[in-house]
Amino acid sequence: MNATFYVAAVIALLSTLCVISRANGVHALLYLIVSLLAVALVFYTLGAAFAAALEVIIYAGAIMVLFVFVVMMMNLGKATAAREARWMSPRLWAGPGVLSGILTVQLGYVLATGAVGPAALAPVSPRDIGIALFGPYVLCVELASMLLLAALVGAYRIANAELERR
Amino acid sequence: MASVPLQQAMILAILLFALGLAGVIMRRNFVFMLMSIEIMLNATGLAFIIAGSRWGQADGQVMFLFILTLAAAEVAVGLALIIRLRHRLDTLDSDAANLLQG
Repeated sequence: MNATFYVAAVIALLSTLCVISRANGVHALLYLIVSLLAVALVFYTLGAAFAAALEVIIYAGAIMVLFVFVVMMMNLGKATAAREARWMSPRLWAGPGVLSGILTVQLGYVLATGAVGPAALAPVSPRDIGIALFGPYVLCVELASMLLLAALVGAYRIANAELERR
Repeated sequence: MASVPLQQAMILAILLFALGLAGVIMRRNFVFMLMSIEIMLNATGLAFIIAGSRWGQADGQVMFLFILTLAAAEVAVGLALIIRLRHRLDTLDSDAANLLQG
């Protein structure tokens, strides 16, 4: 389990370094997704399987889709077709591909050996999280729902240019 | 004692946070700055998960859930602001948004 943690940690650091050093937005996004997947594997080795699943589904899934949409909107215009052709060249997706390939091998290893979390500590189950979330933290859940509603209305209002012209 | 050394996991969280901070400081593109902020939020969540795993409590993961919610709200508003700035300034350079003369 230690080796899994170290490899995932190195992949997370490498891909994060690539995120802040790439010039192209889409390349940086690919590395950011790999970084989030590696951090999800770190969560898993720490015994937080539920948080690892949420990291993949919400962070690497939903939030990154927003980023991809906006980056694609920003890139429209000059010589889009030529850029698309250039993006298809293998050396651009080789880096994220190799890193996520290593993560896939690790996932297969973890699933095959059945090594779940630290041996000494009991992994925290989703049931415990749910009980804690709707027990002592229920006020925070309400606050989070208010925050999400405010973000929804705010994002709609800010991004809607038609309202301003009136 | 857990099999994964928690001190080293904490060092990983610190390094990820430092990389995100360096990204916010170094980049001048709004999209990259928002991505770096995401990295920093993620590193904070990692620190909470490590602490929760250290004591075997669910509170760490509950806090991670709230950070996840916060990140989603922040990204939605941040990207909307980026779209508006792009419409108004025709660029993604953060130095161009100097109307407040800060």
